[in-house]
Amino acid sequence: MNLIATLRRMARLMVGVPDYEDYVRHMAMHHPERPVMDRKAFFRDRQEARYGGKNGGRCC
Amino acid sequence: MIRHLPWLLTGLVGAVSLGVVAVSRGETVNALWIVVAAVCCFLVAYRYYALFIARHVMKLDPSRPTPAIRRADGLDYVATDRTVLFGHHFAAIAGAGPLVGPVLAAQMGYLPGTLWIIGGVVLAGAVQDFMVLFISMRRDGRSLGELIRMEMGQMAGTIALFGAFMIMVIILAVLALIVVKALAESPWGMFTVAATVPLAMVMGAYTRWIRPGRIGEVSILGLVGLFAAIIYGQAVAQSPVWGPLFTFTPVQLCWILIGYGAVASVLPVWLLLAPRDYLSTFLKIGAIAALAIGIVIMAPPLRMPALTAFASGGGPVFSGGLFPFLFITIACGAVSGFHALIASGTTPKLIASETDAPLIGYGAMLMEAFVAIMALVGAAILDPGIYFTMNSPAALIGTDAASAAHAVTAMGFAISPETIAQTARDVGEHTIISRAGGAPTLAVAMAEIFSHVVGGPAMKAFWYHFAILFEALFILTAVDAGTRAGRFMLQDLMALAVPRLNESKSQIPGFVATALCVAAWGFFLHQGVTDPLGGVNTLWPVFGISNQMLAAIALMLATAVLFRMKRDRYAWVTLLPTAWLLVCTLSAGWLKLFSADPAVGFLAHGAKFSAALEKGEVLAPAKSLEQMERIVFNDRVDAALVAVFLAVVVSLMVFTFHTCMASRRSAVPTVNELPAHPVAA
Repeated sequence: MNLIATLRRMARLMVGVPDYEDYVRHMAMHHPERPVMDRKAFFRDRQEARYGGKNGGRCC
Repeated sequence: MIRHLPWLLTGLVGAVSLGVVAVSRGETVNALWIVVAAVCCFLVAYRYYALFIARHVMKLDPSRPTPAIRRADGLDYVATDRTVLFGHHFAAIAGAGPLVGPVLAAQMGYLPGTLWIIGGVVLAGAVQDFMVLFISMRRDGRSLGELIRMEMGQMAGTIALFGAFMIMVIILAVLALIVVKALAESPWGMFTVAATVPLAMVMGAYTRWIRPGRIGEVSILGLVGLFAAIIYGQAVAQSPVWGPLFTFTPVQLCWILIGYGAVASVLPVWLLLAPRDYLSTFLKIGAIAALAIGIVIMAPPLRMPALTAFASGGGPVFSGGLFPFLFITIACGAVSGFHALIASGTTPKLIASETDAPLIGYGAMLMEAFVAIMALVGAAILDPGIYFTMNSPAALIGTDAASAAHAVTAMGFAISPETIAQTARDVGEHTIISRAGGAPTLAVAMAEIFSHVVGGPAMKAFWYHFAILFEALFILTAVDAGTRAGRFMLQDLMALAVPRLNESKSQIPGFVATALCVAAWGFFLHQGVTDPLGGVNTLWPVFGISNQMLAAIALMLATAVLFRMKRDRYAWVTLLPTAWLLVCTLSAGWLKLFSADPAVGFLAHGAKFSAALEKGEVLAPAKSLEQMERIVFNDRVDAALVAVFLAVVVSLMVFTFHTCMASRRSAVPTVNELPAHPVAA
């Protein structure tokens, strides 16, 4: 993985958004029968998961 | 042997630098010595101590599936590249704490703080983060409360959950208080921070409807907006119409923040919280990197003495002597209990291999300690006269330049009224007197460093407000996110008492819990803002005690787990820092409760004021009988709070002791880890 791609992934994960391609690959490999979220739905889902409160721990 | 040579060299450089920092007296020391000493110590500690813990204490096993492998779902559980995960974890643990604590601790000189940050992080802080990550990683990424319940019983888990909630309340109050101290009577700062709200909403709309998921784009958009707000802020502050509209007293700001917290934490997350989090996260990482580069380029001399007379107590910034109060004032940079919540949060669910854990758990905490070192350097390169002018309560030094210069010079740090007025003008503020809380002091230091590198003295005011904005931004994000997290903690606790609550679909328990949470931190914020002693003076030690107690709890859990794994002979790794934290926090808590010195003990202070109240006298800094009553009431509330923290930690000590003793009697490990290799279904 080159530097720019790593930094980009790091920045996105810092705000709670994992790699979309990883997700699609995971779904194709393990759950081909289930519907796959598109990019937009994936983004909204991750936003809700990060900020919805359940793991809203931010540090002092 | 050859492979140890570079490390030996690093260790030697570190030892020499530390020696220079520690023994030089009289002549000025360059700040880079501290930076080099810290970096070398951290590298050696990582190479030897972290790997020792990984190989011998934990026996990390790369073939053992992590939660990200075992429960992979592409969403919460994702095996992540370790560099990427390091960034995620560091961004989650780095906050205002490591920036504020060291600045306050600089009143005792730069040496005690430097030594505690370096020693504390290597032996306690990083060990705690690493151990909790390890424990959670072997238990499907469960949270701290659940881990304590699993390994030490239901009761211990509930007590810890309650303790964590109280700590959250205090953290939110202290953070909000820092914002109040930074923005009060500062129309420029207030305008820029207020501008982030509509700015974040535009960004939210952009990521929601226009270009969903384009975080980079929207963050650049936001950044441009932020810089525009800082630039126009000056004109707004100077305008006779707009200036007064953005000028607020501390009490007004307190109510604005309470209202903001209540509203922001029930808004949809995409509208305000998420976009502002993008800004604050990237700005935070950028500002930390810029500060590191700036310090290296500027190589400033340290102007604060290595040790001041306040090391033995009586300091204006916080009361009490070096032991135990230094060790609770510098909380987050050296050891922070709050990290136990992060290390048992999202990170263990993302770790790809057990052998990545030292870098993430131990390494990221070393990085945080480095941030604390930079904050300490920032405070120590300022003229000590300016430092004490900014950080002493108004009750001690008055509110005008002449009285402040007189009082601070009398403390032994010569400064003229002109210098105070000139510093305020340089950074574009009306006044810099009594701006306690760390953030404004650090902002002056950052303005000093950044303007040296970019823009010269003319840019000082810009960089000062940039620094204030960057701190206020991530503190407000923390207040918002923390209120939401506190709400869920409270709902969990309420559901333990009334199980029916969890089943109801109604919104009402959520609103009630939010309101209770805001009311709780709002109460302490209001107390801090109206406290004639300045608030930070009173609340920061309470926060420090609570945060270090949570760390002690996390380390006690780690000790109990080591005993249950039958690794007793390595238990010193966690017992040593546990013992030190317990000694510090229990004695600090005890002194805060029972010290006969009214400057330190809440009860003695309350008794002094209530005795005067009965006689109808008004004692300084109070100005009326009503203020006297408030001081007495606040003292009793704070005393009760400290007593609760003491009770929590002492009861968990008892649980830990029982757990360890029970495991010693057992011949086999009793730990609740998931099996090393999943049984085929």
